[in-house]
Amino acid sequence: MSTNTIPLELTRKDFVSDQTVRWCPGCGDYAILAQMQKTLPELGIPREKIVFISGIGCSSRFPYYMNTYGIHSIHGRAPTLATGLAVTNPDLSIWVITGDGDGLSIGGNHLLHVMRRNVNLNIILFNNRVYGLTKGQYSPTSRKGFKTKSSPMGTIEQPINPVAIALASEATFVARSIDSHTQHLGEVLAAAAAHKGVSFVEVYQNCVIFNPDEWGPLEDRRERDDHMIYLEHGKPMVFGRNRDKGVRLNERFEPEVVQLGEQYTVDDLIVYDARSKALAMMISSMEHPYFPTPMGVIRQVSAPNYTEGLMAQIEAAQAQKGKGDLHKLYRAADLWEVK
Amino acid sequence: MSDIEMIEHDEEEIEELESVVIRFAGDSGDGMQLTGTQFSNTTAVFGNDISTMPDFPAEIRAPQGTTAGVSGFQVNFSSYDVLTPGDAPRVLVAMNPAALKTSLPDLESNGIIIVNTDTFTPTNLRKAGYESNPLEDGSLRGYEVHEVPLTTLNREALKEFTTLSTKDKDRCQNFFALGLTFWLFDRPLGTSGEWLKKKFAHKPELAAANAKAMETGFYFGETTEAFRHRYRIRPASLPPGVYRKVTGNEATAMGLVTAAYKAGKPLFYGTYPITPASDILHSLAPLRHFDVRTFQAEDEIAAMGSVIGAAFGGAIAVTGTSGPGIALKSEGMNLAVALELPMVIIDVQRGGPSTGLPTKTEQSDLLQVMFGRNGESPMPVIAPQSPSDCFDMALQAVRMAVRASTPVVMLTDGFLANSSEPWAIPNPDDIPAIDIEHPSAPSNGAGEPFLPYKRAPETGGRPWAIPGTPGLEHRIGGLSKAPLTGNVSYRPEHHEQMCRERAEKVARLAEFIPEQDVFGPLEGELLLVSWGGTYGATRTAVQKAIAQGKSVAHVHIRYLNPFPRNLGELLQKYHKVLVAELNGGQLAFLLQGKFARPVLTYSKLHGQPFKISEISRKIDEVLGS
Repeated sequence: MSTNTIPLELTRKDFVSDQTVRWCPGCGDYAILAQMQKTLPELGIPREKIVFISGIGCSSRFPYYMNTYGIHSIHGRAPTLATGLAVTNPDLSIWVITGDGDGLSIGGNHLLHVMRRNVNLNIILFNNRVYGLTKGQYSPTSRKGFKTKSSPMGTIEQPINPVAIALASEATFVARSIDSHTQHLGEVLAAAAAHKGVSFVEVYQNCVIFNPDEWGPLEDRRERDDHMIYLEHGKPMVFGRNRDKGVRLNERFEPEVVQLGEQYTVDDLIVYDARSKALAMMISSMEHPYFPTPMGVIRQVSAPNYTEGLMAQIEAAQAQKGKGDLHKLYRAADLWEVK
Repeated sequence: MSDIEMIEHDEEEIEELESVVIRFAGDSGDGMQLTGTQFSNTTAVFGNDISTMPDFPAEIRAPQGTTAGVSGFQVNFSSYDVLTPGDAPRVLVAMNPAALKTSLPDLESNGIIIVNTDTFTPTNLRKAGYESNPLEDGSLRGYEVHEVPLTTLNREALKEFTTLSTKDKDRCQNFFALGLTFWLFDRPLGTSGEWLKKKFAHKPELAAANAKAMETGFYFGETTEAFRHRYRIRPASLPPGVYRKVTGNEATAMGLVTAAYKAGKPLFYGTYPITPASDILHSLAPLRHFDVRTFQAEDEIAAMGSVIGAAFGGAIAVTGTSGPGIALKSEGMNLAVALELPMVIIDVQRGGPSTGLPTKTEQSDLLQVMFGRNGESPMPVIAPQSPSDCFDMALQAVRMAVRASTPVVMLTDGFLANSSEPWAIPNPDDIPAIDIEHPSAPSNGAGEPFLPYKRAPETGGRPWAIPGTPGLEHRIGGLSKAPLTGNVSYRPEHHEQMCRERAEKVARLAEFIPEQDVFGPLEGELLLVSWGGTYGATRTAVQKAIAQGKSVAHVHIRYLNPFPRNLGELLQKYHKVLVAELNGGQLAFLLQGKFARPVLTYSKLHGQPFKISEISRKIDEVLGS
């Protein structure tokens, strides 16, 4: 809008607020905050046009620590506030910060609809598979059998996969990353910001207090490449620290992990296509430890977003009827005159 | 049409009346709402004062022929000022036995009944719960009954429309009934004729068939000797001006659009469909050329959230709902209180608890909007008194919200929402602008941090800094805050100060709103107190009591939180205070709590507005006369 207000160069420090960060020592949230503060200056968006909106939970303290506009709202409702704001000012860069409880339990309905509407904003869902702020109950993404204070004999509930929910909700950008792989996380955040329309990013995040072992080898710098596959549009699905493994489609049209060598070569592997919803659905069903966990941009398609649609209707209506005239509005009925 | 207007009337047959109440009643698929609306439009254009009230079931098509499926539309029209749709209809048009059965108890004694005899079949009589045919068993003795084989006559009249099915033709029979009532009350057919042409511009045959049905109904009245009289109600002497008919929901929508226009801002209306509030959305959705941004949310909660987001972004942000929706929105409304952002919440009240009476009126959300939130959560509450007053009060709600940076609740109700009255169209250029200032720099000097909770000394409101403004980046939230900075703070003194400041700024709106006016003597025996949509019945009853020399005055409260600054004093000037309201005594509870003034209550929970006669009887009872 007003280019003269953009400092020549924004740095990470410009996005650090004056509030003390109060997450537990070692919490994965620190890494996500740091990556966000590092990524934003690279986007070329003036700071005053950036808004963070969160719900309730550990992750939802995020806006207080960002020196941008922000609202720490109520449990699960951040997508609704963000939608109202985006409709009012389509020019903003809006970030919804949520968690597995906030976004998929109490706010599940809103998450689904904000994605289906393709509202122009970014959703970052911190998934630690446990309730942290309420001190350690199971969440909708907790593994079956997970023992917590509210499930001493283990949960008997089937967990849900956030990426599958996003795909089913027709999100136009769906990605996944992990707190400990900061470079990858930064790249995914930048890609999400660059996408027009809704972008959904699941970030595997470590809760050191209530679920410290959840991500196991995925958090281990030496091992992680054997357990994650970094999806790249148009590239064969190769993974492993020696890049000697891959994913192919077997005779039953299911993904299958294969060793590259004599029996299978790169040519036998699936070439990832981020535009294919069917492929994205199938790949998103791959879960550790049976498969490498898919990371990176899982789906990206271009579609008109909600605010574009709305503004186009306003323009069309004004072109057709002229700008609203109160005289005409009041008189759009049968009239009579009393003299 | 023109040849009908030229029919020579035999003037002697016409009886002059000051006012008439007519009710159209039929099956919910019979088009009674349309018939009533058309009759009202013609009557309003003719120059009578009118007040209308639709009454329909919650089911879109309840079982045909049953009393549950009866849909009615009542019109009171007059040569003088009328404030209510009338207590008892003088004329009843009953399209089937069920309609007769449900409406008969309301009818004036000696009233006129026009029935469609073709529908009085054994099956329909049984469905309506009649053991014998009321047209034959003498149970209608004392009424002037006109038995019209309406279906047969209508089909016969439309014989020439060979391409229309019998079903299509039967759908025109409400216009036959309309034509007959136009004859009975000496009304021209022109307004409805024009409407038909517009409505069925792409189906000229349907326009012609309905027009033919209407004319035939009119001629039927003219030629049959069954009707002893016609009636004439001369135009009312309303103040000069150009008028239209307006319902409460229409007026609310126009008030909101006007407020946004006068503030130079987009109107954001985030809502979830709910009876009886949805018509506000339906009125606003086609107004994109006014930069109206309607948003149909996935639920009530989301609607409220979207409105908070829109308010943060700088829009005139409004949501509309009914009681069950307020229950869901309470969490968001409470966040709005904590964030201190301006917005308007419209509650079109209906009967409760729970789903209650979706299409019927009640005033039972007053305490819910006052107190139904956790913590100390003060919120201004206002209530229009008539359909057209919804326009003025919607504007007022926006002004109050902006002044004190607060959510404001406007309580209308199912009766106000759907009933209509003439509205003297204002000149929009005469409506004052709503001046809104968004800060562009910290008020404490450049280079200093912005203080989002630094209050304006005269109002207690806080700066409305909107995203996109460089240098004013700030975070707000639902956690308890420090004064000035709004930073999270759990310090006891901070919490108390912020709670008291929020209460104070709402209380200080009393300096902004008008003083309470009194109708009638300034002191005396009895003060009748009412609020919201009951104005018409309560005011008329007090007018009558005063005319009879009784010592009664009337205070109708439009501002419920804060109350007008002189209200407490007024209550002390009468020996007795009687509060009439359509709930269990909610305003009475507030008045007694606030002013420690014992009051009598008259409460009614029928899902129906007060009748004038009910209030009159209560006044007499309290006065002991």
